[in-house]
Amino acid sequence: MTGWQTLFYKEVLRFWKVSFQTVAAPVLTAVLYLMIFGHVLEDHVKIYDTVSYTAFLVPGLVMMSVLQNAFANSSSSLIQSKIMGSLVFVLLTPLSHWSWFVAYVGSSVARGLAVGGGVFIVTALFTHPSFVAPLWILVFAVLGAAILGTLGLIAGLWAEKFDQMAAFQNFIIMPMTFLSGVFYSIKSLPPFWQGVSHLNPFFYMIDGFRYGFFGVSDVSPWLSLAVVGTALLVVSAIGSHLLRIGYNIRN
Amino acid sequence: MHAISFQSVSKTYNTAKGPFKALDGVSFDIEQGEFFGLLGPNGAGKTTLISILAGLSRPTQGRVTVHGSDVQADYAQARRQLGVVPQELVFDPFFNVREALRIQSGYFGVKNNDDWIDELLSSLGLSDKANANMRQLSGGMKRRVLVAQALVHKPPVIVLDEPTAGVDVELRQTLWQFIARLNKQGHTVLLTTHYLEEAEALCGRIAMLKAGRIVALDRTSELLKAASSNVLRFKIDSELPPHLASRARVTGRIVQFPAHNAREIEQYLAAIREAGLQAEDVEIRKADLEDVFLDVMAAEHPLQMAV
Repeated sequence: MTGWQTLFYKEVLRFWKVSFQTVAAPVLTAVLYLMIFGHVLEDHVKIYDTVSYTAFLVPGLVMMSVLQNAFANSSSSLIQSKIMGSLVFVLLTPLSHWSWFVAYVGSSVARGLAVGGGVFIVTALFTHPSFVAPLWILVFAVLGAAILGTLGLIAGLWAEKFDQMAAFQNFIIMPMTFLSGVFYSIKSLPPFWQGVSHLNPFFYMIDGFRYGFFGVSDVSPWLSLAVVGTALLVVSAIGSHLLRIGYNIRN
Repeated sequence: MHAISFQSVSKTYNTAKGPFKALDGVSFDIEQGEFFGLLGPNGAGKTTLISILAGLSRPTQGRVTVHGSDVQADYAQARRQLGVVPQELVFDPFFNVREALRIQSGYFGVKNNDDWIDELLSSLGLSDKANANMRQLSGGMKRRVLVAQALVHKPPVIVLDEPTAGVDVELRQTLWQFIARLNKQGHTVLLTTHYLEEAEALCGRIAMLKAGRIVALDRTSELLKAASSNVLRFKIDSELPPHLASRARVTGRIVQFPAHNAREIEQYLAAIREAGLQAEDVEIRKADLEDVFLDVMAAEHPLQMAV
């Protein structure tokens, strides 16, 4: 293995060794959401004419799991190794900032997809999923995970304490995820909040992802792809720049 | 080509109390194959200098090269030449010893490294811990793993930042035998330590750092020669008069006077007798590196010895 492949492998091994906590636990959480919201709201909420609420909810929950776990992977790995001091083993190596970037974001994508896949398999037992356009599903899952993995990298570099990390997660990542249409279609919102939702890049990740399942969505998947792709470029530029200057890791 | 070259290295930290100069124009070279000691009290700048060498920190001014490669501009090449044992006892709790060493090899692009890893494990007395998780190891064992991790890529230059702080006698012996063997095979060794005895025994040349500046730099034998050659040592039960106390090193009951010749020793003993004091366990010993170190650190304007 080359240098970046080793770092990628090490980061995957890190979450895989504690997969009960990093993969199984988030799958259980998502299934609980599905059982409770699906049970309570199934008969009350209708979003698209052809799609039941439970079926509508599944892709949203899958994507939410992908995004949250991709973020959690790079951010927790960096903050832990910064505070424990074991980041020094990577800092002493000849690895370039691109190697760091690819390894940390790549392993976050791997964890996001592992958890998302787990959620999908379990929830498929409760619903009859459809796959109108599987390629769109994959594209949005990977791009969404990459964006959140990069945001986790940025947060992990920025934060110096665990409470700063918790603040980033609770005040930025959680609201943007929940207000993106995981549990509802934004068409059901008043016009003002529809407008606000359109400013949230997370909305396009979930809407595009859902298009892959049902072939219907709030906006065109091509528009979603353009927004999500641009968002990835912007966060990647920031993340790789911070690694290049050694922000908060080399003084 | 120098193994390591520090060229006018300065480092200023911005602190709440204003800028703090941790290093102030440090320049010296270490040749290939040397066993070099870097000494100084806490806060003198030793670890800052090592951090800049290792690329963990950037100099405010100046440059550092390892085998000719600049540690910033050509960091990848410089870091391949360096094996750094960090001062802090850090470890990655997710892995066992062998996994940690394989991963560290991989970062340097070294493949199929198990033969060398086995040799490192056995030389450092870690063979039976190869499959133990890092969390289960004692402090001394973790320290050995840190040394092994620094050497997985067979670096020509080895940097040890206080490797024996808080380490038992057995490990110190194992470690020094191993490092001395690597040095004989041609590896350059840069060592910072608080144990002056170790530095005296191991290092061919020594630099002393005080408040971010080099205050002494010479062959260990020359440093010892430059110091007062003998030390008069005895024990007393009462206070020394002030004119004697200012020239003595006092540790509890033990009093030590640096002396250049027999006459000085006689004068000290006469002064003690005149003061009506009773000296016990009187002995005269040769000066060691600790005496040199204390002399240099105590001097207000230390002489820049041969650089």
